Amino acid sequence: MTLATMTKEEIIAITNKAISDEFEFELEDMVPTAHLYEDLGLDSLDAVDLVLVLEKAFGVKLRNQPEVKEVRTLEDIYQLIMQLQQTAE
Amino acid sequence: MMHRVAVTGIGIVSCLGLDLDTVQESLKQGKSGIQVVKEREELGFFSPLSGVITDFDYAGCGLTRRQKKTMPNFTIQAYSAVTQALQTAGLTAEDIQNSRTGLIFGNDSTARAQVEQAAITEQDASTSGISSGYCFKAMTSTITLNLNVLLGVRGASWSISSACSSGGHAIGQAADLIALGRQDRVICGGAQEINWQSLCSFDALEAFSRRIDAPEKASRPFDAGRDGLVPSGGAAAVILERYDLAVERGATILGELEAYGFSSDGSDLCRPNGEGLQSAMEDALERAQLQPSDIDLVSAHATSTPVGDKAEAFAISNLFGDQGVNVTALKSMTGHELWMSGASQVVYTILQAQGGFTARTINFETSDEMSEKLRLVVESNTTAPGRVMLNSAGFGGTNACLILNTRGE
Repeated sequence: MTLATMTKEEIIAITNKAISDEFEFELEDMVPTAHLYEDLGLDSLDAVDLVLVLEKAFGVKLRNQPEVKEVRTLEDIYQLIMQLQQTAE
Repeated sequence: MMHRVAVTGIGIVSCLGLDLDTVQESLKQGKSGIQVVKEREELGFFSPLSGVITDFDYAGCGLTRRQKKTMPNFTIQAYSAVTQALQTAGLTAEDIQNSRTGLIFGNDSTARAQVEQAAITEQDASTSGISSGYCFKAMTSTITLNLNVLLGVRGASWSISSACSSGGHAIGQAADLIALGRQDRVICGGAQEINWQSLCSFDALEAFSRRIDAPEKASRPFDAGRDGLVPSGGAAAVILERYDLAVERGATILGELEAYGFSSDGSDLCRPNGEGLQSAMEDALERAQLQPSDIDLVSAHATSTPVGDKAEAFAISNLFGDQGVNVTALKSMTGHELWMSGASQVVYTILQAQGGFTARTINFETSDEMSEKLRLVVESNTTAPGRVMLNSAGFGGTNACLILNTRGE
């Protein structure tokens, strides 16, 4: 499965699984409005690893995307990935 | 005023066992922790012999995956050893989360993390693939910087790098800080990574034993047939406390650290001259206001190298006279735990005291012209170690000597 052919639901599921695996969160806490820093307790070091796991999960480069710095919630991540999906197409 | 220093807690993860009871039994039985590591054979090491730690439970050690992300294996083992030591000492988190409690460990490498981060960078032609943990795994102070955060101590927090005497100097400096009144207690020790990345250049010096057909007989300090050291590792932790405060809180006193002596050879990178180590031993005696005759046992550094053991036998016999004191060489069982060794022998000595025996030097069969001057403990016995002098020495000629009284006076 490549990013280009993924549905939004698949993107959400893959994102939630990648993040919950990396940071040992429960999947049920992975709600779209969850704030990465305030609700999920990530810090600036975790942000580095967040980008790494998303890059690995979707086979994309995120480090140099300016929008990455603006990501605050899980929904922001889904939107960013979907935006990259359109570019990929 | 100088304060007395008590040992109130110990913890260990070594090739002799993963807990105090198992390690004590191994010491009593004279069991070797040395094996052949196949991976090193395949990598073309001159010697694949090593101390091996089996079945350490990284998943069940009480740390989350996020916490472990910044910790190399030996730091996780150090956390386990410290946890054991705090438990032995009867200290809670609340007791140590203050500025009167410090943390000092001996460590002189973290090679695997450095190799891995460099490989990722070269492979990707970018640093963007390096996860956040590497920066903290790849620092020589990785033990103290990680444990400081996990334990919440707020006093001294640093690591000492002095090759194979790192652990000895770490415990010695911790004792000095307490003696001087600068800390009430210090969690101290040493740790050593066991992996091929950290040992390949050492192997290239052809310093390791080649007695591959009999791994358990390979480490043979002071024996005429010794042919090199066997690398080993793990983690050892010791809780030192101001003696009067330890008594006041009702702690069990496991021993008294009566002195820390140090010196350096100032002569050669890897060939100790013996005179330096003797100076450290004399320094320790003088600080404790003791005579050589007050010492019951010397726990020798003795790594099983031809040159090093000869120099130490020279130093011991010069100071104590020929056959003048009992001597034991624990590395005959453990191999050389390198950065950790000066600290682990404190733990091993307390375990001997608690068990009422002196660990014997295994594999000693034939003396040479220097070791014949030593009165080596080679038989099983029920002689408690008493007041022990513990030596450690490292490349560059750095020496540490601790005097540990386990008599319970």
